[in-house]
Amino acid sequence: MPAVSVKNLTKQFHELCAVNNISFDINQGEVFGLLGPNGAGKTTTISMLSTMLKPTSGTATINGYDIIKDPDNVRKSIGIVFQDPSLDEDLTAYENLDLHGRLYGVPKNVRKQKIIELLKLVELDNRKDDLVKTFSGGMKRRLEIARGLLHDPKVLFLDEPTIGLDPQTRNHLWTYIEKLSKEKNITIILTTHYMDEADRLCGRVAIIDHGKIIALNTPSYLKNEIGGDVIVIRASNIEKLYSLLKQPWIKNVTKHDELIYIHLKDAEKHVVDIVNLANKNNIEIKSLSINKPSLEDVFLHFTGKTIREQEASAIDNIRIRRRARNK
Amino acid sequence: MSNINTIYTIWLRDIKHFLRSKSRIIGSIGMPLFFILILGFGFNSIIQLPGMEEDYTQFLIPGMIAMSVLFTSMFAGIQIIWDKQFGFLKETLVAPVTRFGIMLGQTLGGATTAFIQGTIILILALIFGILHVSSFGSFLIAFGFMLLIGIFFTATGVAIASRMDDMHGFQLIMNFVIFPIVGLSGAFFPITVLPSWIKPITYINPLSYGVEGIRYGLTGASLINPLICFIVLGSFAIFMVLLGGHLFKNIKV
Repeated sequence: MPAVSVKNLTKQFHELCAVNNISFDINQGEVFGLLGPNGAGKTTTISMLSTMLKPTSGTATINGYDIIKDPDNVRKSIGIVFQDPSLDEDLTAYENLDLHGRLYGVPKNVRKQKIIELLKLVELDNRKDDLVKTFSGGMKRRLEIARGLLHDPKVLFLDEPTIGLDPQTRNHLWTYIEKLSKEKNITIILTTHYMDEADRLCGRVAIIDHGKIIALNTPSYLKNEIGGDVIVIRASNIEKLYSLLKQPWIKNVTKHDELIYIHLKDAEKHVVDIVNLANKNNIEIKSLSINKPSLEDVFLHFTGKTIREQEASAIDNIRIRRRARNK
Repeated sequence: MSNINTIYTIWLRDIKHFLRSKSRIIGSIGMPLFFILILGFGFNSIIQLPGMEEDYTQFLIPGMIAMSVLFTSMFAGIQIIWDKQFGFLKETLVAPVTRFGIMLGQTLGGATTAFIQGTIILILALIFGILHVSSFGSFLIAFGFMLLIGIFFTATGVAIASRMDDMHGFQLIMNFVIFPIVGLSGAFFPITVLPSWIKPITYINPLSYGVEGIRYGLTGASLINPLICFIVLGSFAIFMVLLGGHLFKNIKV
């Protein structure tokens, strides 16, 4: 049984289709990424999966429970860290967790012990009796992650976990998330519009744009699929080298100014062949670099736009959705 | 069972907030206290209430206790808007508990803090020697009505907050809901002196029954029969809890 199974999930806000007929399965213990620009429908998807929003059509099961027919059991099975902070700033770190534990019916003795254990995990145990309003953004995020884990959820949702945090704190948080997934074997669904974040953390990513999933696979597969790596060479006699590079393992070669661009798969394996070939023909290689495609390139490949360009149009969608929700 | 647990959890949060906000406690005692001191001492010797033996301060104190309970409880209910804005509301709404349980916890929490505020005024009045109460039973009657006022107006606050997105509308509510309710409740003057066309308004004003009920408890005299006060205010409170619960159920975050 998959931990999460989404079937034809759709959400329509008046004229805007925020989530358009998406389906996917997530296995137990997987870190799954929903990657896309702001306004692509990631948070709407999370809202539906966490039973906060009713789908227009389609459904999903989490931990075997249907999000429409059995929302109570779904809620018990999930932990969630929202995109925007959701702590009670006038309570202490401990009290915030205690309140959560009570709401989720965690028995008193278990609750006490787990709170201390989780505060240690996110390295906030020495600040447990301080009011949350004295915490930094990164500390609040960590506290929220600890809170999301308190009732031993089967699935943890992290909605843009590192948005608005400085690079150092982001890195720190990534380490926690990696640790979590390894030590607790918990299923994690993470939404992000940071390509590097998805690349580092996720076993598989679904690229979502305008409410549709346009690609779903492991980051490395997706990167390979769009044409693999690029080797860029500066050489003494590029015309000659260019003519020599008609090899079966090379997809495509182009020349630009003084440079040769070689598109191929598994660049590391073939770079030696290329250097040998040049040496044999007395061509001096002045410089050589291997460029790996990023998920940004994958996004560009599938949508024809960079994620930043896409965000501009997505902002309009957010506006439409706000208006629809306020009606 | 789990509902009781939810109610207790949310109630506990309210109490913790209350005990931590010293400025709020002092701030909301301020107004009723100044009214008692300024109006009470100012008018005491000039005003002779028609058909009543007690002096004006004695008359005013129950009204000011009711007013302070109203302010605190209404405010406690409207606090939900802040929970909405600071995001905490999501945390409670996504928990595997009923929304009615959350709403009831919020209502009882607000009523409790409002009750404590009213009791502080009551105790201060006793300490200053401007209130004379004959028996312990009198306090119990007053306490009962204070709790009912607290429940009704916290639930009203929750109902309003469920439909409001930010605090911009608060001034409007203050001017067009809270002040008329206080002014026309018989807190400052006996409702019998009002012109006859305004009187019906005082009779649909829930606070009138609260003020009269507390007044009966503390001074032994009231313009409305205390049993009627209890039944009417109790019904108002139950109705508002159900309405607030319904609106809160459909709250959007």
